[in-house]
Amino acid sequence: MSVLLVAEISGSHISIDATSKALTAVSSLGPVTILAAGEGVDPAPLAALAGVDKVLHVEGADYGHQMPEACAKLLQSLAPNYTHIAAPATTSAKASFPRLAALLDVMVITDVIAVDSADTFQRPIYAGNAIQTVTSTDAIKVMTIRTAGFDAAVGGGTAAIEVIDAAEAVDSSRWVEDRVVSSDRPELTSAGVVVSGGRGVGSEESFAIISDLADTLGGAVGASRAAVDSGFAANDMQVGQTGKVVAPDLYIACGISGAIQHLAGMKDSKVIVAINSDSEAPIFQVADYGLVADLFDAVPALTEQLK
Amino acid sequence: MKILVPVKRVIDYNVKVRVKADESSVELANVKMSINPFDEIAVEEAIRLKEKGVASEVVVVTIGVKKSEDVLRTALAMGADRAILIEAADDVHTDIEPLAVAKLLAKVAEAEAPDLILAGKQAIDNDMNATGQMLGALLGWGQATSASALDITDGVARVTREVDGGLQVVDVNMPAIVTCDLRLNEPRYASLPNIMKAKKKPLTATTAADYGVDITPRLTVVKTVEPAARAAGEIVGSVEELKAKLKEAGVV
Repeated sequence: MSVLLVAEISGSHISIDATSKALTAVSSLGPVTILAAGEGVDPAPLAALAGVDKVLHVEGADYGHQMPEACAKLLQSLAPNYTHIAAPATTSAKASFPRLAALLDVMVITDVIAVDSADTFQRPIYAGNAIQTVTSTDAIKVMTIRTAGFDAAVGGGTAAIEVIDAAEAVDSSRWVEDRVVSSDRPELTSAGVVVSGGRGVGSEESFAIISDLADTLGGAVGASRAAVDSGFAANDMQVGQTGKVVAPDLYIACGISGAIQHLAGMKDSKVIVAINSDSEAPIFQVADYGLVADLFDAVPALTEQLK
Repeated sequence: MKILVPVKRVIDYNVKVRVKADESSVELANVKMSINPFDEIAVEEAIRLKEKGVASEVVVVTIGVKKSEDVLRTALAMGADRAILIEAADDVHTDIEPLAVAKLLAKVAEAEAPDLILAGKQAIDNDMNATGQMLGALLGWGQATSASALDITDGVARVTREVDGGLQVVDVNMPAIVTCDLRLNEPRYASLPNIMKAKKKPLTATTAADYGVDITPRLTVVKTVEPAARAAGEIVGSVEELKAKLKEAGVV
């Protein structure tokens, strides 16, 4: 058995956190080769991850832009050497991995939360309302890993780096632009602290009290789907089954009722705090510490206390 | 321009999901079923393109049990022109895998020759988020997933995609496959006269066997269980007490 793990790379930026957590998830399956495909990538940090057998480095603008047609084609050419092809379940892998699976005539297994054996995996269905265990009969297992529940692999590795050729170009689609909001805050999926606001925050302006608390704690800002749909927060801030899945040391939910699809995105957090004026809100059933209070009083007060 | 929209009949998003006692699946017998919400957005987008004069025909297709005809009628009532039912299961609990669905849809696409396939980004039952991308691979077409905006000019679909860092804009040559995210549009409600009219719109009933596609599943379900419950903690009385507890837990 041998594993090809596709590193999460955007342009030249490697997401070590997501990649190293996915590495932990697949390390029991056999020697792991990491693929570093991007534009201007320095693959050294990937070679330094403990337990990596080899790093394959390939350069290409389409890989840097995470174009699914080009990425799937590249992976298809590498696939015969591996029994498992995995990646963290980012929007990039969600676009390219099913495409790869179809090119290989295998089923894709998305959002894996546990690896039971070489062919048996657990994944959430129905917005996290159920966990299904599936066994694959395919020769090559193509899967994406929901990284929140896995610890990051440590450093200290000394894998060899091999440069490989890009696959044939695909011209069916072209990158136009990225509209990425730059922020000094940590990335939502790897932050140690996440402070999220829900419908209860009431407006885009009021979200400042959520960001103030997050900034005081050096954390990231999240939002429930209700807050995103109401236009209070940007869609890339959404925590939940169809948004980002997070597992920080501390998650503070402000004005969030706790719909199951939100819980699916944060219930692996180590400590959960809920601040909500409705004492019946389901969020209190998963919170380690609940405060029944008006968030407009409690959140600024907490920020003040923690400064 | 012709648009093909695949739709799926799933448990209604308002229904509380219960795992079956034998752990084989989620209980779907005698449960309210509806069109998958992301697919409804795809139908709406296709109809809007027709209303704008960009598209000339909207064809909807579903794969599942015979009763899946319901979601085709929903799409026809919203404004789709005609429908294709592919009966592929007798039991509502039989979920046809995305790979098999993509193979059947590829056959439909070969016969119908649409310029654009608009699909939901994922079905809210198996949450695979795979069919559109698999179909793109099988047809050799370009794809754009999780669309929050779509603009068609001169045989190119310009799609704004929701990605981890924010938004990405891509151009995809047509024929293309685009999968729809929540913020693309807000689907309309079908009016009563349109629901009545939809009953008379053309619907072609076929079976999976008609397409000569092997739909044998590649994944075997070992078990389906409720997620591990997280124990509720304590209610604190004040901001001061909350701060003290967080200090004690060592997280601030």
